[in-house]
Amino acid sequence: MATVTTTGRQKSGWGTANTIVIALALIPVLWMVSLSFKTPPAILDPSLLPKQWTWGNYTGILSTSQFIRPLVNSIGIGLISTLIAVVLASMSAYAVARLQFPGKSVLIGMALLIAMFPAISLVTPMFNIERSLGLFNTWPGLIIPYVAFGLPLGIYTLSAFFREIPWELEKAAKIDGATPFQAFVKVIAPLAAPGMVTTSILVFLACWNEFLFAISFTSTLASRTAPASLAYFSGSSQFTVPTGPIAAAAVVITIPIIVFVVFFQRRIVAGLTSGAVKG
Amino acid sequence: MSTSTQTVAGTTEQVPKERKRQLSEGARAERRLGWMLCAPAVIVMIAVTAYPVGYAIYLSLERYNLELPQDIKFVGLSNYAAVLGSPYWWSALKVTVIITVFSVAITLVLGMVLAQIMHRTLFGRGTVRTAALIPYGIVTVAAAYGWQYAWTPSQGYLSALFHDSAPLTSQGTAIAVIVLAEIWKTTPFMGLLLLAGLSLVPEDLQKAAMVDGATAWQRFTKITLPLMKPAILVALLFRTLDSFRIFDSIFILTAGNNGTGSVSILGYDNLFNALNLGIGSAISILIFICVAIIAFLFIKGFGTAAPGSNVGR
Repeated sequence: MATVTTTGRQKSGWGTANTIVIALALIPVLWMVSLSFKTPPAILDPSLLPKQWTWGNYTGILSTSQFIRPLVNSIGIGLISTLIAVVLASMSAYAVARLQFPGKSVLIGMALLIAMFPAISLVTPMFNIERSLGLFNTWPGLIIPYVAFGLPLGIYTLSAFFREIPWELEKAAKIDGATPFQAFVKVIAPLAAPGMVTTSILVFLACWNEFLFAISFTSTLASRTAPASLAYFSGSSQFTVPTGPIAAAAVVITIPIIVFVVFFQRRIVAGLTSGAVKG
Repeated sequence: MSTSTQTVAGTTEQVPKERKRQLSEGARAERRLGWMLCAPAVIVMIAVTAYPVGYAIYLSLERYNLELPQDIKFVGLSNYAAVLGSPYWWSALKVTVIITVFSVAITLVLGMVLAQIMHRTLFGRGTVRTAALIPYGIVTVAAAYGWQYAWTPSQGYLSALFHDSAPLTSQGTAIAVIVLAEIWKTTPFMGLLLLAGLSLVPEDLQKAAMVDGATAWQRFTKITLPLMKPAILVALLFRTLDSFRIFDSIFILTAGNNGTGSVSILGYDNLFNALNLGIGSAISILIFICVAIIAFLFIKGFGTAAPGSNVGR
């Protein structure tokens, strides 16, 4: 029963539990990867691993604007939305974490309301507004709602991070003769950077993942994002069943997520939990 | 957790009050700076949510079909009567509630198990967390295609495992697949939120109870659960509202066929297949009301501390 010493049985018990968690998390992903490497006839073979590997599905989708253009749209719209949302959110989060002003709880309440907001409720009215403003099927038509939905996430996560910063250091730097600008650039900015990076990752992932607005407010390749493009896939040629190409495209849009998760696991965990629980 | 934040909040609240009397000029400048820094975010949030919701209320009172743009007319509440009198709305609401209840309940239990594993495991912590974050981060649509192909007869490994079954072709089993996809995707997030709550349970208390002869189950139900209640309720609130909005995976898995459409699918179909802005807006407002009721029940009924209610006061 003692928890201090590790018995062999405990070790193997945790080992089994860990293995089960990892397997359950990864098998569905590996299935997509396997499908994406199967040849068209082998798609109709339910085995978990392809018997014959092919890059055909990847070369197919990467040689058509049907997928490349949405990929460019996704990256562009995601980066611009993230940049705007994080800049605006960090201004608000700084105010929430450091300043006293009436209306602060209104701001927090509003951010909370929007975090809980049913996106579908916006689709019908926004569709009509975007049509009349000429925003329908344009990048700004998606960037604007993405910024709005990225803001609550950004404000929560960043204000949790900003509250942990030892702001007295700023004063100390000023006493030591630093200008306010130097104090900000040399002392505060490096302390705030990890929180900003984490928040940017979370906001970018949310934009990258978004589907409902992406299929509702776009109609052509001009602004359709990668997740939305999957729903309109017809395959690399019109005679092939698009299962393989869709699987390959799904793997391609999953790669950035895996990269983020592998390199920033600690930060993502810290960001997700700080905003939600301490908030 | 709550006591410590309250005392911190209490002390910070007293300081500015005294300061305000002495340094009213400084306080006023601080107030102005606070408003200026928040203004852009507030403007964007209002422009993108409050304004369209107001506009949706207005549209919902009109007869407005995009195919008949000349025939726009104020019709009062008759769009709401049409929606509430339609079996499609009630069927979609029932499906949404079933998916929400099952996926949230199962996710809570599995998330608790996952949190315990992540909290207590002695080695491979980073690997487990990284693996768990992949379902959280993966594009829902990509994952949904994976599930769809996995359950397609003579093509998918899961279908083959269950004697070439085709669960997506009938209502009950299709909803089960949708719930499964939802659970796989959201358990990691639940697990991480609960892990954060779990780390707030003092280890000494567990040890003291162990010395007093409490079993592992007693320690879990008498110490861990009560102390984690705030974290659990916040996680439940977010997961419930998130699940209620379910759209992406149903759109890919069944497109709402065979009686599997959620309220979000109904709203979407109404706009893009029926092109009816009036009815679509009425559905939007009704979904908004449902979400408000759920949030209200959680905050008033279960005493969920509204997340952010003690932030930075």
